[in-house]
Amino acid sequence: MSGVILMRSMLLLAVGESARQNVSIFDPASPQAESIRNLGILVLAITGGIFLVVEGILFYTMFRFRRGAPPGPLVPNPDPKVPPPVTVEPAGTSPEPPQVYGSKPIEIAWTAAPTLVVLILLLVITRTLWEIAPDRPEPHEGDNALFVTVIGRQWWWEYRYDHYNGRPLGFTTANELHIPVGRDGKDYPVYLTLQSADVCHSFWVPRLAGKTDLIPGRTNHMTFHTATAGLYVGQCAEYCGTQHAKMLLRVNAQPSEEFESWLRHEEQPATDVETVREDKHVFLKQSCVNCHLVRGTEKDTPARRREYAPDLTHLMSRKTLASGIIVNDVKTLRDWVRDPQNIKAGCLMPAFGLSDRELDSVVRYLLTLR
Amino acid sequence: MAVAEQTTSEPKPDAAAEHGPEPGSLLDWLTTVDHKKLGLLYIFLSLFFLVVGGIEALLMRWQLMWPDYDFVTRDRFNALFTMHGTTMVFFVGMPILIGLGNYFVPLMIGARDMAFPRLNAFGLWATLFGGFLVYFSFATGGAPALGWFAYAPLTEKTFSRGPATDLWALGLIVSGAGTIAGGVNFIATILGMRAPGMTLFKVPFFVWTMLWTSFLILVAIPPLTAGLIMILLDRNLGAHFFDAQNGGSAIMWQHMFWFFGHPEVYILILPVFGMVSEIIPVFSRKVLFGYEFMAAATMGIAFVSLGVWAHHMFTVGMTRTQDLFFVASTLIISIPTGIKFFNWLATMYGGRLRFESPMLFCFGFLSMFLIGGLTGIMLAAAPFTFQLSDTYFVVAHFHWVLIGGTLFGTFAGIYYWYPKMTGRMLDERLAKWQFWLLYIGFMLTFGPMHISGMLGMARRIYTYEADRGWMFWNQLTTVGALIQAPSFAIFIWNVIVSWRKGKPAGDNPWDAWTLEWATASPPPSYNFEEVPVVHSRRPLWDLKHPDDPDWKYEHE
Repeated sequence: MSGVILMRSMLLLAVGESARQNVSIFDPASPQAESIRNLGILVLAITGGIFLVVEGILFYTMFRFRRGAPPGPLVPNPDPKVPPPVTVEPAGTSPEPPQVYGSKPIEIAWTAAPTLVVLILLLVITRTLWEIAPDRPEPHEGDNALFVTVIGRQWWWEYRYDHYNGRPLGFTTANELHIPVGRDGKDYPVYLTLQSADVCHSFWVPRLAGKTDLIPGRTNHMTFHTATAGLYVGQCAEYCGTQHAKMLLRVNAQPSEEFESWLRHEEQPATDVETVREDKHVFLKQSCVNCHLVRGTEKDTPARRREYAPDLTHLMSRKTLASGIIVNDVKTLRDWVRDPQNIKAGCLMPAFGLSDRELDSVVRYLLTLR
Repeated sequence: MAVAEQTTSEPKPDAAAEHGPEPGSLLDWLTTVDHKKLGLLYIFLSLFFLVVGGIEALLMRWQLMWPDYDFVTRDRFNALFTMHGTTMVFFVGMPILIGLGNYFVPLMIGARDMAFPRLNAFGLWATLFGGFLVYFSFATGGAPALGWFAYAPLTEKTFSRGPATDLWALGLIVSGAGTIAGGVNFIATILGMRAPGMTLFKVPFFVWTMLWTSFLILVAIPPLTAGLIMILLDRNLGAHFFDAQNGGSAIMWQHMFWFFGHPEVYILILPVFGMVSEIIPVFSRKVLFGYEFMAAATMGIAFVSLGVWAHHMFTVGMTRTQDLFFVASTLIISIPTGIKFFNWLATMYGGRLRFESPMLFCFGFLSMFLIGGLTGIMLAAAPFTFQLSDTYFVVAHFHWVLIGGTLFGTFAGIYYWYPKMTGRMLDERLAKWQFWLLYIGFMLTFGPMHISGMLGMARRIYTYEADRGWMFWNQLTTVGALIQAPSFAIFIWNVIVSWRKGKPAGDNPWDAWTLEWATASPPPSYNFEEVPVVHSRRPLWDLKHPDDPDWKYEHE
């Protein structure tokens, strides 16, 4: 019976708790999410009002007309055509209350009232729908816009950076999306192109925008921008198989200079570090490179740029591994390379049975991919 | 066995016994074509699967009690929610309503049986064996892990290798055939076998809703069956209907499924509207307010429900115009539903309410279904659903409709009709325990789900991150589920014990007005000694109040 009101107050309490990742849809960080939040509150208020009125009538009726209630004034007769109370008393039963068969005016009234509410709701929903509709301008210089193609995969995210501020980019990264934040009233819009390489997924970072599905054989779009720097988390919102629960999303919103320097760094091929030449050789000999790409190595050929697995060119610039589920450090990286199935069972990367020496080499090399 | 063909008004009570197996024997139950026995079998089948589906739910809830917990993980959890959904929709919800309909539609319209008794038996056994087929998948190394709406291309061989998916699709095809058989049978029975004088607008309201439910069954189940066959073709004969990599369409499955899936929701709720529309008047001692408007609203719901399916698909990237169409149709369907609600309130208003168990559960239905309806209006707001879709808010919403609505209403129906089916009353004290445990446990289970959903918790995740702040709400939910569990045990216990030891009911314990109460409890196999002649919607009222009968006031 608690209902909407109690729910909402509890919700506020929950949001108020601190020091944790905020994924509440009621704490928007973009105009798109805010627009939805405002609509949500309006709809909650309208339905909350209906709830109180109807539930109130229900409880009043239940209480007032329970059998054995003290006889009050007779209920006013809503329809003059209605017959008088039945007076014949069949053996063994109490007299029946007046039988009211219906009333056309009343029926029309309580059809019209909800119709009016529906009309109002339809108008505000329409406004919001068009307010947050994703648009798709052509990239051009000076638009400060970031265009990224997001490809959902079992169970991680591939990000192909297409354009920024009109400039073609053409590098790929994984699992941690970086975006610029607006400043001085200037927006840095983000345009996502959503595709899937296998099954249906859904891109959902609640504080930035509503979710949109990634469906194989189909291209969807999403638009948002934010003025608040920070980390926004979310996760895949369409069931996509075994590790659907571990397909987390991380969006780093950075001030534009910071973002641009990250961009310049990511565009570079992997740096060759003299001290790990031997380790690099070990890495390139393994089957890792059949799926993973490290740009700038001799295995980086057009045929290999099909990417079945996260691009490792700047692996160590990422804070997490395996789609946001573990921190990326020496120990977890080594554990992951040794046997990913221990950490994310069912994921498409098998354990390759590397010897300890090979493992050390591979990890030493990966650690240089900053 | 020959009872169904009997058309004379001369009863031959022992006809079945002379030619068929001994009444009450196992063979009799297995070969019966009597609508009442089949109705009971449908109900037993549903209660069995209700326990199975309930245990699946409890296992999931225990896993979600703590973040990163390791009780049932990954594919086992994914299989649990797939089987829980499939079980509750196809093997609990539909069979229990079809079962009650089977038992009571012929009785309420003064018929001796359903129109096609053998088809009726086929429907039951197809449903049961369909269920077994789906559950056989456990023996093949794991149940399907697809989600109950099994979005393509997860169902393709590439992503689901084992035979579980095939068994799932086969089972649903088979049980779907049984459901269609039931639908055909109801339509033929209601249109063709009403007692003399009972025009189509004088049928008891439950019968009216069963008619429209059957219409929805005939329209909605075939697209699902077609889709399931396409899945089987894809998987076993190299077709590519849903295989996007070979030119198939993943999104086509979503349209096919939800074209079934949304009318399905109304298949699960319309008969319940019918039951409460029988019970509320009897326990308020008043005639149903605005029968004509209620009847029209039912038709309206049945038709509009065929045009709302894509509100399950607001996040697939439809155009804004398409979004708007489905927003509008979904909002419109709330109007006839609202009409029904107000008419129930008006029926109680000015009445003399008795709160025996059927009415208690009707109160549960009214107070809870309202909330499920209102969260439905929230979800009709497409932009809001861009956030809420596939979260626990949605899970809360449809459980609020299916438990708060369908289940509470069905319990009301069972408490109302059990005396007729068995000749004995269910125990009222146990009923109160069951009701309050369910009522409180239900709210505690699904109330917090609204909040975890709004806090960003996606559904169908076997575990969650500790830093998201969802643990508290999940723990409340799990505790709620643990409170609900004994209420079901009490119910089953009540059904078993009262069968032998319940208070004798007599023909008409609730002093009700429709024809099923005019015969013995339990009714003889031929239902009525004489086919009754009907003048109004409440024949037994007319009988009791000959000086002031209903037909004076009814207009069609």
